[in-house]
Amino acid sequence: MNESITVTINGTAYTHDVEPRLLLIHYLREVVGLTGPHIGCETSLCGACTVELNGKAVKSCSMFAIQANGAKILTVEGMAADGKLHKIQEAFWNEHGLQCGFCTPGMIMVTKQILERNPNPNEQEIRHGLDGNLCRCTGYQHIVNAVKAAARAAGA
Amino acid sequence: MIPQRFEYSAPKTLDEALGLLAEGAKPLAGGMSLIPMMKLRLAAPEHLVDLGRIKDLSYIREQGGSIHIGATATHHDVESSALLRGKCPLLAETASHIGDVQVRNMGTIGGSVAHADPSADYPAALQALEAKLVLKGVKSERTVSAEEFFVDTFTTALEPGEIVREVIVPVDGDGTGTSYQKVLQPASGFAIVGIAARVRKSGEKITLVRIGVTGLANRAFRATAAEKSLEGKTGSAAEVQAAAAVVAQGVEANSDLHASADYRKHLAVVYAVKALNAALSRIA
Ligand SMILES: Cc1cc2nc3c(=O)[nH]c(=O)nc-3n(C[C@H](O)[C@H](O)[C@H](O)COP(=O)(O)OP(=O)(O)OC[C@H]3O[C@@H](n4cnc5c(N)ncnc54)[C@H](O)[C@@H]3O)c2cc1C
Ligand code: FES
Ligand code: FES
Repeated sequence: MNESITVTINGTAYTHDVEPRLLLIHYLREVVGLTGPHIGCETSLCGACTVELNGKAVKSCSMFAIQANGAKILTVEGMAADGKLHKIQEAFWNEHGLQCGFCTPGMIMVTKQILERNPNPNEQEIRHGLDGNLCRCTGYQHIVNAVKAAARAAGA
Repeated sequence: MIPQRFEYSAPKTLDEALGLLAEGAKPLAGGMSLIPMMKLRLAAPEHLVDLGRIKDLSYIREQGGSIHIGATATHHDVESSALLRGKCPLLAETASHIGDVQVRNMGTIGGSVAHADPSADYPAALQALEAKLVLKGVKSERTVSAEEFFVDTFTTALEPGEIVREVIVPVDGDGTGTSYQKVLQPASGFAIVGIAARVRKSGEKITLVRIGVTGLANRAFRATAAEKSLEGKTGSAAEVQAAAAVVAQGVEANSDLHASADYRKHLAVVYAVKALNAALSRIA
């Protein structure tokens, strides 16, 4: 049986009838049309599908859309404002924190969470924070550098 | 990867939830174990009861010399709780080792213990803390020890229709040091072996030792022979080594693609030394 859900995504409210078994990532990509959050593994391991739900980074392939009923969701599409990249996005750009870019939306969203909880993380804390996000291209060093640069930019 | 169809309820009260569970529905907490299993169709519940909307079930509060943790407190709630960090740091430290940021944001203590994965982290700490678990059904409420609760691989003392309502851990006074040390399986983050150590000293003498072991066997357990070996001693390097040497004694160890039984037993000894030394060094 379908149920009605209402969620606010990147500041816009949406109401849809969904099947309870619809995963949040499928809802975002296929129903709402936001293809920023990616499907990498679909088994909760890679983090490419990470979005922010009520202020917390979550893997949207591992929850049902119906669990998000009433929630505020932020996807990578909601990071830039007024045509200007978010400081975290700028840091990834400047530090070459991406190659193919597949992991990047998830990396950006988890970086936001890392820095909100700890504005000045050291290298080990950054790597611990990135534990749930895999990248097949960069070897991580440039991503770690990007998180550091984003922290500096936010402090500046 | 699409799970089978199911009916979904999100009650706001515990009583409502228990009523549905009594009719055969299955609880959904953080979904970090259940949803991956449903996607693989290893689980196909017909009716899910989301515990996430029940009011006041994610508390962490001190009451009568213990700390009570509501079932839906997330791993992040536990790792970041000032109360636990101050008064039961072993549990907060253990929570910080679970999975990753996103998993800790969703996964709950009730879900983790109810799932009873033999490689889960909390059970080691809960054994070392001699934690109690409050189990609630429609008409029943009972309290069991961690020792009684963890029965076997994915098997607990929960009866059908019962949920874990809360977990109770002690507040340790001065003179106690604790540590959780884990060898992780690099892909999932689960413990190949995890050792939780809790040591109390009075003057130079060790008066209490509790060692919880996860990942090694079918269930998390207390290494009582190792505990006894260290009690009454001072905690010298040789005494710690001798105690650690018997943590895996007589244990039928798990074996899988990540670690053979013998290697797991070896790791248990090495990590018991680490955990005991770290716990001893933290005695205030
Ligand atoms: C990528 C990844 C990495 C992980 N790494 C680790 C790790 O390193 N260490 C570790 O310990 N765990 C790890 N986990 C598992 C994680 O800790 C889960 O959160 C936990 O096992 C289950 O908790 P949950 O709240 O998500 O429960 P759910 O998945 O919602 O439920 C799990 C089971 O418990 C039942 N249940 C839920 N709540 C209750 C309750 N209150 N009473 C009775 N039954 C209940 C459900 O019906 C289900 O059978 C990992 C998970 C993922 C996805
Ligand atoms: S697609 Fe969700 S974690 Fe990989
Ligand atoms: S940039 Fe290609 S996966 Fe990370």
